[in-house]
Amino acid sequence: MKEELIIAGFGGQGVLSTGKILAYSGVMQDYEVSWLPSYGPEMRGGTANVTVIISDKRISSPTLHEFDTAIILNQQSMDKFESQVKPGGVLIYDTNGITRHPQRTDIKIYTIDATEEAAKRGNSRIFNTLILGGYLKVRPIVTLENVYKGLKKSLPERAWKSLPMNEEAIRIGMEIIKEVR
Amino acid sequence: MKKEVRLMKGNEVLAEAAIRCGADGYFGYPITPQSEVMETLMELKPWETTGMVVLQAESEIAAINMVYGAAGTGKKVLTSSSSPGVSLMSECFSYMAGAELPCVVINVTRGGPGLGTIQPSQSDYFQATKGGAHGDFHFIVLAPASVQDMHDFVFDAFDLAFKYRNPVMILSDGVIGQMMEKVVLADQRPRRTEAEILAAEKDWALTGKTADRNEHIITSLELDPYAQERFNNKLIEKYARIRENEVRYEEYMTEDADYIIVAFGSASRICSMTVDMARAAGHKVGLIRPVTLYPFPTKVLHELAERGVKGFLSAELNHGQMVEDVRQAVNGLAPVEHFGRSGGAVFSPDEVYQALLTKIINRK
Amino acid sequence: MAEFEVQIKEENLAFRKSPILTDKVMHYCPGCSHGTVHNLVAEVIEELGIQDKTIGVSPVGCSVFAYNYLHIDWSQAAHGRACAVATGIKRTNPDKMVFTYQGDGDLAAIGTAETIHACNRGENIAVIFINNAIYGMTGGQMAPTTLIGMKTATTPYGRDPKLNGFPYKIADMIAPLPGVCYVTRQSVHTPANVRKAKNAIKKAFQNAMAGKGLSFVEIVATCNSGWKMSPVAANKWMEENCIPFYPLGDIKG
Repeated sequence: MKEELIIAGFGGQGVLSTGKILAYSGVMQDYEVSWLPSYGPEMRGGTANVTVIISDKRISSPTLHEFDTAIILNQQSMDKFESQVKPGGVLIYDTNGITRHPQRTDIKIYTIDATEEAAKRGNSRIFNTLILGGYLKVRPIVTLENVYKGLKKSLPERAWKSLPMNEEAIRIGMEIIKEVR
Repeated sequence: MKKEVRLMKGNEVLAEAAIRCGADGYFGYPITPQSEVMETLMELKPWETTGMVVLQAESEIAAINMVYGAAGTGKKVLTSSSSPGVSLMSECFSYMAGAELPCVVINVTRGGPGLGTIQPSQSDYFQATKGGAHGDFHFIVLAPASVQDMHDFVFDAFDLAFKYRNPVMILSDGVIGQMMEKVVLADQRPRRTEAEILAAEKDWALTGKTADRNEHIITSLELDPYAQERFNNKLIEKYARIRENEVRYEEYMTEDADYIIVAFGSASRICSMTVDMARAAGHKVGLIRPVTLYPFPTKVLHELAERGVKGFLSAELNHGQMVEDVRQAVNGLAPVEHFGRSGGAVFSPDEVYQALLTKIINRK
Repeated sequence: MAEFEVQIKEENLAFRKSPILTDKVMHYCPGCSHGTVHNLVAEVIEELGIQDKTIGVSPVGCSVFAYNYLHIDWSQAAHGRACAVATGIKRTNPDKMVFTYQGDGDLAAIGTAETIHACNRGENIAVIFINNAIYGMTGGQMAPTTLIGMKTATTPYGRDPKLNGFPYKIADMIAPLPGVCYVTRQSVHTPANVRKAKNAIKKAFQNAMAGKGLSFVEIVATCNSGWKMSPVAANKWMEENCIPFYPLGDIKG
C-alpha cells in the first residue's frame, strides 16, 4: 500500500491540518508517513499545499512531482496540480470558486461541496474534516477508527471538545462526495 | 517497553533532541526555514525542567558568540540558523575551531546566493565542509536525511564535539526541517553537573581558577608564527584522526552496481527512488549516501571505482560542490558527473534518472 | 657614601602587588592607562575573594592580552563580541562573576549592537570600558570616541564631523535602559581618581554578583603613543580636552 497525495488550496483553509490528521491516522495504522508542507510567505493568505505519503514500506523521496490523489480547494491549485495526477489517479475538488473545471479524462474526478455544506450548518470550522471524510470514502486507506485516533492525536488537548463535531463531519463528508466521472 | 512513536517536524525534533540530550543552552535568531527550533524550545520551557538556557539573541553574530562564551565553560551548547544567518556566524566558527571549542551548529539550508530563497537547497556544502571562514580548519559535518536523523544527530554531534573538542555542524535543509515523519525520541538525559564538567573538562574549561591549577584561557590568538604553526599541526593531526575514525555513509544496492549515484541529505531520499526506477529498467545502479560530509567517505568511493564501477553521478541540490570530493575519491578511474537543481528547486527522481542516462549510462 | 639597610616591612610598603596579577611583563606602552586599570581589577577580585568565581572576557584591541596579566580564567572574544560572549558565559554559569574589558573601538564601534543589547537584556555582568579616543593596537586610527579636530592616522587633518561624524557618549546612551543598574565614568590619571575608579569597579562587580543587572564603568584614558605625546603631556591633554567632553562621575545608580 502506498498513497501519494497532495492537498492544495488557500492558506487558512486547513490544508496543512487536514494533511496532518491524515498523516497521524497513518501512524495509528502502523504505516510509514511523511508530511511536507509548502512554507514561507505563501502561507499567509496565498496558496498552501501539503504532500502526504502513507505507505507500508519505508518512504524514499518525501518530495513528489506526481500524485495518486490531488485534493484541490482553489483555482490556482487546479491550474497547477491537475496535470500532476498520475493516469488512473484521483482528483477531488470543492466547486466553490472554481471557474475552470478539470479537463482530464484519464483520471477519476469527484466533487465535494464542503464550503456550501459548512455554510449551511453555520460552522466553517468543519470544512477540512468534511473534505477529509469525502477523501476517505474514495480512498479508504486507513480505518475510520484510526482516523478518529489520528484526529485526536493531531489536536492539542484543549481542542478535544471539538472531536465529536469533527468525527460527525467526516461521516457527512463521506455522504456528500459525488463522482463526476 | 515500546517507545512512543510521534509525528513531528524536523525542526521541532531538533529542539526536543537538544533538551533530551542534556544540552545546557541554545542561543539563536529567527530565520526561515528553521524558526520552529527556537519557537519549540520556548514553548517547552526547558529552563523549568532540565535547567537548559534558551535565549533569543539580537543577531546571528551575537547568538554564535554566546555559544562561544558558554562552550568555553565546558557547557553543551548549540545554535541553529539557515544559510544567510550561518554566513553571519562564520567569523566565530573560525574562532571556535582555533580555540578548540566543542559546540553544535545546525544549518537548515535554503537557496542562495545572497538573501536567496527560503526553499530547500544544498548550496552550503562548500561552506560547511571546506572550513566556512578564514583560516585552516574543519567542522565535522553530519547530513541528516530524515526526521529521525535530525533527532539522532544532535546526540551524535555533541558526542563528536566533545570527543574531539571541535565544532560540529548538522547540515540539513528546508525539506527535512519542515517535513513531519515518525520519530522515536530518546529518554531524557540529565545535564552534566558542575562536578562532572569539572572532572571531564579539567584541562581547559573556564570553571573558575582555583589554587590547584593555573588559569584557563580560551583564545585563538598567537603572535609567534612558529607557535601558531605548531598549533595548526596539532589541528591537522586531529582532523586526520577524525578522517580515520568518523566516516559514516549508507549504501543502497551497491553490491552489483555498474553505476553509482552519490547524494546526501534530502537528495539521497529522492535518489533512492531513482535507483529503484533504474533497476526496474534493467540498469544496475546503486546509491552512496555520505552521512558525514566531513570526513567524506572517500575510501568506499575509491574502492567502488577500483572494483570497476563504470560511472558516478553526484546528484546535489546545487550547481556542483560535492562532485569535487567524489572526483577526488574516484581519482580518474571512472567518469564522474554532476546533476543538480538550485535556488530552492528540488529535482524529481525521474530528472535524476534522465541525467544518469545522458551523462553516465549512455555517455559516448 | 653612608650605608643604609633597606627595611622591607609591611608597614613601609607604599605599593603591594596583588597576587591576582601575574608576573608577566605587560606589553602596554609606558604611560598607558591599561596597566593601572588591570591592577585595580586584580585588587578588587582579591578583596572580594572571587578569584575562583571570576571569568573575564578580553576584547580585540590593545587589551586583547589582558588574559596574560591576571590569575583568573579568561575568554578572548572576537572583535566587538565581548558582551555576547559574556552573556553566554553568565547565562549558563549564573554563579560566576563575569566581566568584559573592552576598548572604544571594540565596544562602541564594531560591537555597538552586542553592547547595547546586553545592556538592554540586563545581563548580570560588569563592563569595563577603556575610552582613550583612539585605536591603539592598529596604530592610532580614529575611534568612535575621537574628539572633533583630534588628529589620528585616519584623520590626519583632524576629525571633521562632515567627513567622520561626531564622537558619541555610549555611557549616556545606555544609562536610560532599564536593564542597566549602574553607569559611571572615571579616570586613572591621579591617585584620587584611581581610588574612585577602584570603588566603581568594586561596585560593578558586586552588582554583577548580586544579580542587579548590567554595570558599566567607563574609564576615560590616555594613549600617549597613539596621541604622540609624553605620558605627562597626555594626562594634561586628557584633562583639558577629553574630560570636558566626557565628564567624570556617576551617570546612573
